[in-house]
Amino acid sequence: MARMKFLCDADRCINCNACVTACKNENEVPWGINRRRVVTINDGKPGERSVSMACMHCTDAPCAAVCPVRCIFPTAEGVVLHDKDLCIGCGYCFYACPFGAPQYPQIGNFGSRGKMDKCTFCAGGGGSEETGSAAEYAKYGADRLAQGKLPMCAEMCSTKSLLAGDGDIIAQIYRERVLTRGYGSGAWGWMTAYHESIPS
Amino acid sequence: MSGVAQSLGIRHAIRLLAFLGILVFAFPTIAQQATPNAPIDPDTSVVNEEALLREAPRIEGRIDQPDPRARVLMQPAGRKWDYFHEVILHRLGAIAILGMIALLALAYFVIGRIRMSAGRSGRKVVRFNGFERFSHWLTAVSFVLLALTGLNITFGKFLLLPVMRPESFSSLAQGAKYVHNFAGFSFMVGLALIIALWIKDNLPRKVDLDWLKQGGGFIKSKHAPAGRFNAGEKLVFWFALAAGLAVTVSGIFLLFPFYWTNIAGMQAAQMVHAVIAVLFVAVILAHIYIGTLGMEGAFEAMATGEVDMNWAKEHHDQWFEAMLRERSAVSSGQTPPTPAG
Repeated sequence: MARMKFLCDADRCINCNACVTACKNENEVPWGINRRRVVTINDGKPGERSVSMACMHCTDAPCAAVCPVRCIFPTAEGVVLHDKDLCIGCGYCFYACPFGAPQYPQIGNFGSRGKMDKCTFCAGGGGSEETGSAAEYAKYGADRLAQGKLPMCAEMCSTKSLLAGDGDIIAQIYRERVLTRGYGSGAWGWMTAYHESIPS
Repeated sequence: MSGVAQSLGIRHAIRLLAFLGILVFAFPTIAQQATPNAPIDPDTSVVNEEALLREAPRIEGRIDQPDPRARVLMQPAGRKWDYFHEVILHRLGAIAILGMIALLALAYFVIGRIRMSAGRSGRKVVRFNGFERFSHWLTAVSFVLLALTGLNITFGKFLLLPVMRPESFSSLAQGAKYVHNFAGFSFMVGLALIIALWIKDNLPRKVDLDWLKQGGGFIKSKHAPAGRFNAGEKLVFWFALAAGLAVTVSGIFLLFPFYWTNIAGMQAAQMVHAVIAVLFVAVILAHIYIGTLGMEGAFEAMATGEVDMNWAKEHHDQWFEAMLRERSAVSSGQTPPTPAG
């Protein structure tokens, strides 16, 4: 089975934030929560690059390891999902996440967090809800993967900077791009997320 | 014919040269490019991920979202925190707590319950007044709640989750989280009261060295002298003060996440909180043992506030004598001497 991954080709990202908007719209993400974000490094300086980042669906996901109620788990396709019915909002997954992916709705005063929300690779939820059901959509957002579609953010990226899909295939696409154009600033986050980089 | 063709050819050549001249003049970049086939590398001035992570533990940039947490693109230290939480902390906690339980079991079977060597006198003296006992039990009840709910966050998934339905365990853990958050405040109040009430009598004195030299009352043949608090109690007091302040400060950082610090600060706060807390639990287990099972006549000091006179004489001789002097001074109408600390 394909191992799903994200890859942001920073040399193509134009910081349009359409991936952020597409994600919010596709998944009806609540106010104040951003499953995906675009960070600009060296803003205004030579060599400025923007990187679109969300949950990378890590190998040996640290969020899953530290979860005190074991509600986070990888699927057969390597997509890291979680069960909101079990989440207690402790915030540990945010401390462990190398990419700042977990988000929490503010449910009370001070630091009280609601159930964690994060990118699901548009693969629905990890709870007991039926795949593609309205209940699943309300809690976790779209289940595009079950319909044979890839995550919305990558699907509508105007410069095809953000790639999502089978890790081997998107790595090959990136490798070919680097070969053709002669440069590439690397697959951001891959070393931390997947313990591998794409030689270019 | 050939002359016409020739003049046409020359005319074309001149036009071409003129066009190229304009091009060179108008677009100096093309003229500057020495090797026209070399690709332009827009990455020459780009700092790559590896170099950025060598410079700093995190890669941060600019973002339009008004959340400072979102500025951090990457923090590989998350995996290190994962290692601390899932490996180091579990080992440390297991060793500290199970080790202490084993040690106390050993003490119980080897030394046994320390009894009053002179037996009970039947006469009581007041050791802790009502407010002191209230402060102690406020701290103690809060501590036990905090310890159990805190250990659940770290060890519950190994000890309770396998024997419970995941939904039930989550409900329990959620409740435990709230208990932990609120009991923290009563613990802080209790700790502050304990420090204020007892810090004076816990200041180190010369007699503490003698107490330690005499084996702290664990050796039957020797007499360990002590004031109101013996050196062992003083060590527990100062440990509780230091550890209590450490868990309080780190706990406040965790209660108000990201109010005053960033992701590295939150990880550090959690590490301090967890390490100090498991050691605290181990030390308090010893405190509970000696105050209940380990020593006859000790528990009533905190339960009723009164201890047997023989117990006072045996374990806190200097305090007992000072109290007697005070009492006789009061009964004979003289000014009382300064009470022994």
